[in-house]
Amino acid sequence: MKTEELKSLNLQDTPGVPLLEIKNLRAIYKTDLETVEAVNGISLQINKGKTFGLVGETGAGKTTTALSILRLLPSTTGRILEGEILFNGTNLLELDEGVMRAVRGGLISMVFQDPMSALNPVYTVDEQIGEAIRLHNPDYTKEQVEDRVDEMLQLVGILPSRKHDYPHQFSGGMKQRVVIAMALCCEPHLLIADEPTTALDVTIQAQVLAMIRELRDRLGTAMLMITHDLGIVAQTCDDVGVMYAGEIVEAGTAEDIFLGKEHHPYTVGLFDSIPNLTSRATRLKPIPGLMPDPTNLPKGCVFAERCSHCMEICKTEHPKIYVNGTHKLCCHLFDDKLKQN
Amino acid sequence: MDNNIVRTPLLETVDLQKYFKIGKNSYLHAVDGINLKLHAGETIGVVGESGCGKSTLGRTILKLIEPTGGKILYDGQDITKYKNSQMHPLRKEMQIIFQDPYSSIDPRKSVIEVIAEYMLIHKVYKTRAEAFNRAVQLMDMVGLARRYTNSYPHELDGGRRQRIGVARALSLNPRFIVCDEPVSALDVSIQAQILNLLMDLQEQLDLAYMFVTHDLSVVKHISDNIMVMYLGRCVELAPSDELFANPQHPYTKALLAAIPEPDLIRSRTKKLEVIRGEVTSPIDPKPGCRFAARCEHCDKCGGRCTESNPEFVEVSPGHFVSCFLVNDK
Amino acid sequence: MEKNTANNAPQGVYKRPSQAKEIWRRFKKSKGAVIGLIMLVAIALVLIIGPFLIPYDLATTNNYDFMLAKPSAEHIFGCDGFGRDIFARVVYGGRTSIAIAVLATISSCVVGSMLGAVAGFFGGKVDALIMRSLDIFMSVPDILFTMAVVYALGANFVNLLVALTLAYFTNYVRLVRSQVLTLSESDYVEAARAGGSGSMRIIMSHIIPNAVGVIIVNTTLNVAKIILYESTLSFLGLGMPPPAPEWGAMLAEAREFLRNAPHMMIFPASAIVLTACSVNLVGDGLRDALDPHLKS
Repeated sequence: MKTEELKSLNLQDTPGVPLLEIKNLRAIYKTDLETVEAVNGISLQINKGKTFGLVGETGAGKTTTALSILRLLPSTTGRILEGEILFNGTNLLELDEGVMRAVRGGLISMVFQDPMSALNPVYTVDEQIGEAIRLHNPDYTKEQVEDRVDEMLQLVGILPSRKHDYPHQFSGGMKQRVVIAMALCCEPHLLIADEPTTALDVTIQAQVLAMIRELRDRLGTAMLMITHDLGIVAQTCDDVGVMYAGEIVEAGTAEDIFLGKEHHPYTVGLFDSIPNLTSRATRLKPIPGLMPDPTNLPKGCVFAERCSHCMEICKTEHPKIYVNGTHKLCCHLFDDKLKQN
Repeated sequence: MDNNIVRTPLLETVDLQKYFKIGKNSYLHAVDGINLKLHAGETIGVVGESGCGKSTLGRTILKLIEPTGGKILYDGQDITKYKNSQMHPLRKEMQIIFQDPYSSIDPRKSVIEVIAEYMLIHKVYKTRAEAFNRAVQLMDMVGLARRYTNSYPHELDGGRRQRIGVARALSLNPRFIVCDEPVSALDVSIQAQILNLLMDLQEQLDLAYMFVTHDLSVVKHISDNIMVMYLGRCVELAPSDELFANPQHPYTKALLAAIPEPDLIRSRTKKLEVIRGEVTSPIDPKPGCRFAARCEHCDKCGGRCTESNPEFVEVSPGHFVSCFLVNDK
Repeated sequence: MEKNTANNAPQGVYKRPSQAKEIWRRFKKSKGAVIGLIMLVAIALVLIIGPFLIPYDLATTNNYDFMLAKPSAEHIFGCDGFGRDIFARVVYGGRTSIAIAVLATISSCVVGSMLGAVAGFFGGKVDALIMRSLDIFMSVPDILFTMAVVYALGANFVNLLVALTLAYFTNYVRLVRSQVLTLSESDYVEAARAGGSGSMRIIMSHIIPNAVGVIIVNTTLNVAKIILYESTLSFLGLGMPPPAPEWGAMLAEAREFLRNAPHMMIFPASAIVLTACSVNLVGDGLRDALDPHLKS
């Protein structure tokens, strides 16, 4: 039923329309004590088969953005105030919950940071992947489901002979592979990976990242990669958005962010904070201070308080977005250029 | 060595071992024969993946865990067999900063109580007020605003909490601090703040650090020497710059290659080198090199690495490696 | 000047954020808990003030003129088979019942918590000894156990207390032991050890303050259980010796007159239900208010 409805909706590929487009999304968490402004009017575009990296620190609103796309914000506190999330041109925020359920996993899947809590410890791995397959393909026979499970496990580099094992029999890296297999089993068009390798050791992280890259190239799945690690962004992403205090302060292609000449001061600070393997500098250059309190955001630029280039206007007026080709910057430093355009 | 004065290291371990008994005749070899020397004012970085025994090593040195074998020498005295009461005065000199700034602070104590606690235990000051005064000075030192004096830990963010941990560790004027992943729970911009703070304090107070971490790029900045651990053993020990410029052990090379670099050109051109497999079990490990099961050069040393443990050989001044391939050269 | 500020600093900024206030704020959020608290306060007021207005004789002296009298202006709850005023008996009975319940809870809490803390903190043989002896206690059904104790020692206030304590302290041993086990694994206890704290100091300043919330909640909920339990005992004739009034015993007496004088049953029964209910509501509210996981 749900799947039929899903097909009748125009959620499939439309040429010329980006796979996912977020327009001016605002999401909050409201409790009786305070309102956390988690996401404040962000816009982004993910094209078919491309990987978009959303970088930022804890509390920047990355995960909230991801949960908003799937409409999985905690129902008691989370709320999307305004904005549109267009998937192949259809606004996901207007779909009914039944259809949305089919979208989750069927068209958009998500991989969470902690593979340990994403798997149910009392079911074997093949039962869990099988369930995900059956949910979206109710007409599959038992054999078809089983074949698909084997295929998926092979895809993520796990021997199908281990499919009757329970999650605790796998190591962290292997569990994350199982989770990715589950996420990909229904051939979603978009995979949201929320810090998929943060819980893993570096050598295992390298293995999982290599696998994600290979799968993406083979299956052509578009990806939203959420991470705090600019190294991972450099390795996997085509486009990048730098998030700070619920806003995308700088966005562009990976080249714009890593090689471009103009940057948001926060991006510069982020790069300077990372201990560099090649340079011989002994002191790091951290960004002073802390991220502003999301329950009480400043009136002007959100980064003003920590910014070394802070001007009077930054404290009072929110900067406009300066667009230079594919590169977008939200900072008063570029006001002159904004006027020229 | 041209100088006649041989400095006694502040801390030295000789063949230190810690086995955890987990079954009838079954032992988890968490720390297995570690030798290290650390002088005052220096930092040794201990790097390895989860389960390699690096945290256990730090806790064993502080005698929070009783060692199974080997020796720990602190300032020339053998503290291996010291009882709790004998350790008590030494606790002032040897401190620890924990990884998780959330769980390492008692949620029911205010900031100042946490920082003053050690001073009250050791009765450094006659009155409570004096200890609290000193705690406030420590807060200034680590960059915690005084308005947080009476806040409870849950009201503060991770970076500030870690500053509490640093202030607490400093409260007894220690000479040696084990930093157990002090920044891995923090965001990059905050991580850099804490690293800089630790480096400044070292300079001011001539502290010796043992910096335990899984992140090679973090230790590079703070360490004089780096020790790479794998399954309870040290596979490579070298001065920081030397290790990065000239890694010898296949595991060290793999670790370095696995770090995702925030450099677009390098990461797009560099072939992603991935070592196969996962860390094997530290429970009753087979004889031989612990890394053999994952090593791609394993066949090149004629199977010796699965029979006996390679010697720890000095390949260049201060650079030690434990690998048959390197030893042959 | 500078020295001066350093000296004054701790006093100057020393303003403790009130935890009690925070707990009260969260407690208020639950309607049930507030209703429970109001009921509890009302019951307590009646039990405290009542005896000043009603002479004890009214509750214990037989007065055959008013045998089985229905509730009226003079005897608002009516009278029982011996013509004793039921309201007076409910008030005086409640004092005994609740006193026993509260005291038994406190003593079982103290004994149990101490044993549990010792077992959990020291572990090994001490732990095994305490926990295995506990198993023996727990293998006998509570009610049988208490009855046996009261039978053996005789029914009076102190013996009832002993019996109920013995039946209930086991809960606390297990609860506190498990709390201590988890808390002693925590990083901050290790941090205290690294700072040179001894075992006693760790128990007193880190483990108990952190376990106290759970113990308080359990204690509140236990009071309700023990009130019911004590009523059961006195219903079975193992309570305070007559003519002293007690809620359970009143129910037992009312059984014979259930058809003719249902009020004899209704009032003491309601008293038991209301008290147990309000204590439970307050306990639930406290649990939510004290649970740090529910902090919002």
